[in-house]
Amino acid sequence: MNDLILLAILLSSLLPGLIIFTLPEESVRLRTTLNLTGALLKLLLVAVLFLRVAQREYAELRLPLLPDMELVLRADALSLLFLTLSAFLWFLTTIYAIGYLEGSPHRSRFFGFFSLCVCATTGIALSGDMVTFIIFYEALTISTYPLIVHRGTPAALSAGRVYLAYTLSGGVVLFFATVWLRSIAGPLDFTSGGVVSGLDPALYGSLSIIFALLILSLGVKAALVPLHIWLPSAMVAPAPVSALLHAVAVVKAGAFGIIRVIHDIFGLDFSIKLNLLFPLALLAAFTIIYGSIRALSQNDLKRRLAFSTVSQVSYILLGVAMATPLATIGGMVHLVHQGVMKITLFFCAGNLAETLDIHKIDEMDGVGRRMPWTMTAFTIGALGMIGLPPLAGFISKWYLGLGSLAAGQPWIIVVLIASTLLNAAYFLPILHRVWFVEPRQDWPPSTLYSGRETTWALLAPPLVTAILVILLGILAHSVGSPLYWVELIAAREDGL
Amino acid sequence: MTELIVHQHWFLWMTLLPLGAAVATFLAPRQARWIGFTTALLLLLCALLAIAAAIISKAQTITAGNWSTPLGIELRADGLALVMLAITALVGFIVSCYALSYFPARGHHQSRTHYFWPLWLFLWGGCNALFISADLFNLYVTLELVTLASVALIALEGGKAALAAALRYLFIGLLGSLAYLLGVGILYATYATVDIALLGDMLSATRLNHAAMSLMVAGLVLKSALFPLHFWLPQAHAKAPAPVSAVLSALVIKCAYVILLRLWFEVFPALETIAVGHLLGLLGSLAIIWGSLMALRQERLKLLIAYSTVAQIGYLFLVFPLARSQTMAAAWVAGVLMMMAHACGKAAMFMVAGTIHHTAGSDRISRLAGAGGPIGVLVVVFTLAATTIIGLPPSGGFFAKWLFINAALVTGQWWYLPIILSGTLLAGAYIARVLGWAFLDVKRSSYPVIPWVMKWPPLVLSVIALLFGLIAFEPVQIALIGAPVSTGVLVELRP
Repeated sequence: MNDLILLAILLSSLLPGLIIFTLPEESVRLRTTLNLTGALLKLLLVAVLFLRVAQREYAELRLPLLPDMELVLRADALSLLFLTLSAFLWFLTTIYAIGYLEGSPHRSRFFGFFSLCVCATTGIALSGDMVTFIIFYEALTISTYPLIVHRGTPAALSAGRVYLAYTLSGGVVLFFATVWLRSIAGPLDFTSGGVVSGLDPALYGSLSIIFALLILSLGVKAALVPLHIWLPSAMVAPAPVSALLHAVAVVKAGAFGIIRVIHDIFGLDFSIKLNLLFPLALLAAFTIIYGSIRALSQNDLKRRLAFSTVSQVSYILLGVAMATPLATIGGMVHLVHQGVMKITLFFCAGNLAETLDIHKIDEMDGVGRRMPWTMTAFTIGALGMIGLPPLAGFISKWYLGLGSLAAGQPWIIVVLIASTLLNAAYFLPILHRVWFVEPRQDWPPSTLYSGRETTWALLAPPLVTAILVILLGILAHSVGSPLYWVELIAAREDGL
Repeated sequence: MTELIVHQHWFLWMTLLPLGAAVATFLAPRQARWIGFTTALLLLLCALLAIAAAIISKAQTITAGNWSTPLGIELRADGLALVMLAITALVGFIVSCYALSYFPARGHHQSRTHYFWPLWLFLWGGCNALFISADLFNLYVTLELVTLASVALIALEGGKAALAAALRYLFIGLLGSLAYLLGVGILYATYATVDIALLGDMLSATRLNHAAMSLMVAGLVLKSALFPLHFWLPQAHAKAPAPVSAVLSALVIKCAYVILLRLWFEVFPALETIAVGHLLGLLGSLAIIWGSLMALRQERLKLLIAYSTVAQIGYLFLVFPLARSQTMAAAWVAGVLMMMAHACGKAAMFMVAGTIHHTAGSDRISRLAGAGGPIGVLVVVFTLAATTIIGLPPSGGFFAKWLFINAALVTGQWWYLPIILSGTLLAGAYIARVLGWAFLDVKRSSYPVIPWVMKWPPLVLSVIALLFGLIAFEPVQIALIGAPVSTGVLVELRP
């Protein structure tokens, strides 16, 4: 029963979470130990699993739920892409959150739900069929809510209500579409090539509707316009939660689900045959442009970053919807690249808020001199987002561009160029302010040892991820890089 | 050892034990608490053994033979009876633990403690007897026992409102029983038997039989509080003491429903039931929407939970229109799963509401503002239990809804889909409203410490409610032993 490792990976965040709930507020050391032990253990287990999957040893665990229905945990190459990303970024976010929330109330509650959130994300990555996927997908919805409303202010509560309204509605539609598909197509195990291609052509009409319902319901979490409203409003949450929402868990769960539906439920060939992907490509392209345009006019830093996420996550969907090998690779690798870049930016935004109480972009004049390391990380993240070579974002855009040419859809190149210009238009002015405008004088000087700009717990995570943004770009073609892994997925599972 | 487990009539003990204990607690009120608790523990044990026996022997149906001639009582423990006995034992045991603390041995409410235990054990025995009854008259008698015990339990709180609610419940109960008895009378006059299995074989589609069916269904619908005959329920459930509300909502409602389920699938198949099924489905749909909307408007936690029960009963009645030849098992299993899941979730919610009322001095939802510390923990427990009410995975409610939607799609009754889905969203909304208050950051003075028996039992039950979907496989398999349905549980739609 080697496959119990799947269960162990889930428990490595579930158990610490449950224990943390019962801890009193004051036991900081025990809570921190539990958090970090869980996160490290998980990284270790994921590494073991990663090596196994690299050697084509797929792990699987089944548990009967109802007669004819099973809970399926399964690790394939695509699971590992998402799993490794979330396990690694969770580790950093945990360190960051410990530093960020130091001394604030309700920390046991926060870290408890934080762990549950990651457990749910892990479950999503390891789901082997649609039933299991829905179970963890909804668990993620619920466990994120307490984190969004964590501050308990009326604004936070109203953001929480918006979030629940959108995600629960999406969840209900997802549920309905899945039951419908299950009653047409039988068991919905994720299988490369899909499970519906053998069905009676009389069902193609229903299948197209089901496909649309699945994509739209998953599109709520993936923040497809016009289902994205909850994401910018959720920026009232503390910075580690934003990192979780934007990079590790929630929007990624939506994008990952869409990849699963297209590749492993409907199958690429079948989706192309029914012409299902073109509308998605259009919607993704629109979202990319719309998100960027809205980002331009935001003065709140986190809000601008949120609209940037709306735009950037749709790169993943655009790549997958183009369905050529290169574009698919570009889209899937952006799942990782966007995560690493966006988490850097949110960590930095959190540092500004926590250290200097800066929330608005017009308060950022010259802040590069007060917090040089944070702002260096921010700059790398922002340049990566714009797609400057040789950073991570460039790799994604390069493959997406090549893919669109291969797909014979050159209009997508236009979208990519327009989006890059818009990215530059909303990130470069920030960088200009940060580095080249005279600083304000009223910031409190650092009280830390040797005048360090902020605590290590807050500074180390963005620096690590910023370095990663560079490495993911430079070392894109080396063994074990996300690009390498995504090419392996494309070759192994989709036969591209 | 195995022999011993298999050949004992555990279900018989589960009826006699609580009735005997009820008498004992009445005669010795000072010992009532420990007698009651021991009985609850024994009943839980019996339920586990009964299930073990069923699994080991793989028996179709166990019948206690040769009882019929002198006593006129026929008993049987099929799968449905077994799971109902078991879920009653589980909920009953946990409510008993909770009641130990809710009704303390000393203090000025001592008389409540003295009356609670005999009535509750009596009720429990009545429920168990009802589940294993195999004839219509016996079902009537046991249902009356349950109703009478419930009325007395509602009145336990004292005060004008509780008495009014109890009295109204009594009248409704009697009216329902009378209608049911009239139907039984008609059938008995024609066929000279009240045995469910025999009647199922003999019944033909005559006008008289349809009249009998209508009367019996109407009586049971009244007793299970289906919209628009639910008017008595919210007050009755909200005014009763918390352990009583838990039992009423989780178990007593289900008694009438179990009878209806048995009649529908075992006695009435020969009759023209499609129109009645549609009517029940329509009322069920209205119940889901109306109950949820009312729950959304309540200012008090217990009333919110009570209206949520009204809505959940609506789902149970979707079984009748959705059970067609092909989807018989899907709808039936959905109904049974819903009953079990709702029993766990709702009992936990009422107990939490009771603890909040006890601690905060009021069950106003706005009193939850800024609930940290012990109350915050209670709100979490409440939410865990509510997952099954909303129908979120992996609760039992989720899989029950899955089967309902599956059956609605396969039978082409698509109009139930928006009802089921919007019911889910509305439930999400009224639970989110409670949560929203609890997360509001308000400074407030600290509350007294809550005794652990008021915290842990609801937690156990709510975790079971949350995870019920993951462990539902065995209960569903057991429920299907000797079930009147034989098709596959998940049905596929073929063009």
